[in-house]
Amino acid sequence: MAIHIQIQPDDFDLSAEYGRLRRENPQAGAVVTFTGLVRDFNAGGEVAGIVLEHYSGMTEKTLQRIADEAVARWSVAGVTIIHRVGALGGAEQIVLVGVASRHRREGFAAAEFIMDFLKTEAPFWKRERSPDGEQWVDAKDSDQRARERW
Amino acid sequence: MIKVLFFARIRDELGRAEMKLEMPEGVHDLAQFTRALILANPSFEPALTQPNVLTAVNQEMATPGTTIEDGDEIAYFPPVTGG
Repeated sequence: MAIHIQIQPDDFDLSAEYGRLRRENPQAGAVVTFTGLVRDFNAGGEVAGIVLEHYSGMTEKTLQRIADEAVARWSVAGVTIIHRVGALGGAEQIVLVGVASRHRREGFAAAEFIMDFLKTEAPFWKRERSPDGEQWVDAKDSDQRARERW
Repeated sequence: MIKVLFFARIRDELGRAEMKLEMPEGVHDLAQFTRALILANPSFEPALTQPNVLTAVNQEMATPGTTIEDGDEIAYFPPVTGG
């Protein structure tokens, strides 16, 4: 069982991460991956890009705890979480969650669980850059409700 | 000594990211610490008393009743918006 947590300004390579999940978890029968991207339009209008900041130290601990919880609940074999920070342009990749599991159901469930908790507990904050300037993104009630399902 | 960190919108509102201060007298929990911090820095009140301010003590989510000890790291921040 392998958990990889990575916070980085650089982009990530989905196929390399998928390859690592397969290589490190040869007993897995399924690999589920989720990739979150910068949207070009949000509540405030047109978005040229975002700036992501985080609470270094607490972020890594929080993601580790969420991954440990997913492993305990669904007995998944491997978890990879990569989250970028800093300035990102439109349509760039923000986050990757990958889960290797014996069967697809626990893989889908664990990946969704990890994203729902990442969005409501991991200390990241987004600022959107638009033609009118920059503004902080407000937290969404729908994300809070998504987490409460679990 | 207590290390206090501010993030995102709250850091912008206060105009600072970090401060260090001596453990205030008679403080045992986070609610008391926040009151002491505002008493010493009255301009912090609007930013720190917003209803949705989150707090962490030693990088774990905290509540007003969380125990505070000398040497702790305390953080104030708005609801998180990663992912």
